[in-house]
Amino acid sequence: MAFWICGSLAHIEHLVTDLVSKQSFSCHDGESLLSAAVRSGHPIIRVGCRTGGCGLCKVRILGGDYQTGKMSRSHVSEAEELQGYVLACRTLPAGALEFHSRTD
Amino acid sequence: MKKGVMRPGHVQIRVMDMAAAVRHYRDIVGLVETHRDASGRVYLKGWTESDKFSVVLRETDRPGLDFFGFKVVSDAVLDNLAAELKAYGCQVEEIPAGELDDCGRRIRFDSPTGHDFELYAEKTRTGKWGVAQVNPEAWPRDLKGMKVSRLDHCLLYGGDLDGTLDLFTSVLGFELAEQVMDGDFRVAQFLTCSMKEHDIAFIRNADDGKLHHVAFHLDSWDEVLRAADIISMEDVPLDMGPTRHGLTHGQVIYFFDPSGNRNEVFSGGDYFYPDQEVVTWTADKLGKAIYYHSRELNDRFLSVLT
Ligand code: FES
Ligand SMILES: [Fe+2]
Repeated sequence: MAFWICGSLAHIEHLVTDLVSKQSFSCHDGESLLSAAVRSGHPIIRVGCRTGGCGLCKVRILGGDYQTGKMSRSHVSEAEELQGYVLACRTLPAGALEFHSRTD
Repeated sequence: MKKGVMRPGHVQIRVMDMAAAVRHYRDIVGLVETHRDASGRVYLKGWTESDKFSVVLRETDRPGLDFFGFKVVSDAVLDNLAAELKAYGCQVEEIPAGELDDCGRRIRFDSPTGHDFELYAEKTRTGKWGVAQVNPEAWPRDLKGMKVSRLDHCLLYGGDLDGTLDLFTSVLGFELAEQVMDGDFRVAQFLTCSMKEHDIAFIRNADDGKLHHVAFHLDSWDEVLRAADIISMEDVPLDMGPTRHGLTHGQVIYFFDPSGNRNEVFSGGDYFYPDQEVVTWTADKLGKAIYYHSRELNDRFLSVLT
């Protein structure tokens, strides 16, 4: 985690790393993993609906803290969720994160 | 040949967060909320629709289509078609009046592409929303968002396009208005039971029972651009457009609801009379058939489904 203080605003950034492509990039606090991946310019996660329904952005988190919003059970079962499978568009990193961009 | 199926009547859409879905369909798309039932489903309609509702939202753990329903002209037609669907070999289930509030009995049946459809004859009529039945004004002034006028059609994905075409044409009296052909192999079909160029459409896909989009009607290209402005103002995930399709020639924009279901709002589009020959697009021109201006296919439009 890194802090930049500008005036009274603290910008929190999280370093996230894809263990498949070995790309690391920065994710704003409160930004989805998918949005940060798109912003990084590395096409490592497929982009679909951006609202947790289509499953295209499915990745597996291997380490780090994160929160998830509603994700379609057609694409992430409860068992998979416990193993770190997530939809990146519904995943908010809460600290440094490592993930696997391929789930097949 | 017409068999008494009049028009698309309702769609039940699965959503994962009802509050977010209502905000989307009511405040952004601009449907009018007309009812909530005891099970928590929310009922809405486009303002020009005369029945009480056309869109039903149901909260559950995955998005997609529960069913798409067509209104038929009479109760006698409903009985006839129920018998014909059974004889044809469909799984047919009669859903009693009141399972959806304000709706009469429904005949639910499955299809070779893995989708559930319904027929019904009766629904509480409340008239167009916000305008009188006698000496009506042009439009109500307190509409929200994109101000869509009506539920128009769905595009569904599934495997057995030929089976579903036969069911819809031979049993239900639909006509094939447009198609995309890869040689002799039909990859897309647009079916109508009216003067519209499609009331329901299908694209061939390995997985059955998938929803590509639910479409709502707007009056003009100007309104499509205004919808695009609202999509930006509200930071709604955009899929594609505004543009024109080669297929049907409608002017369109596509976007996603908060559960990943794709919506379309569109204006224009060709008309259909039953003496017209089917319009064919060839698969090598699929880019132009879908994106008439850029003429380039976008993978997301074809692969993202709920
Ligand atoms: S992009 Fe569709 S689920 Fe994430
Ligand atoms: Fe459409």
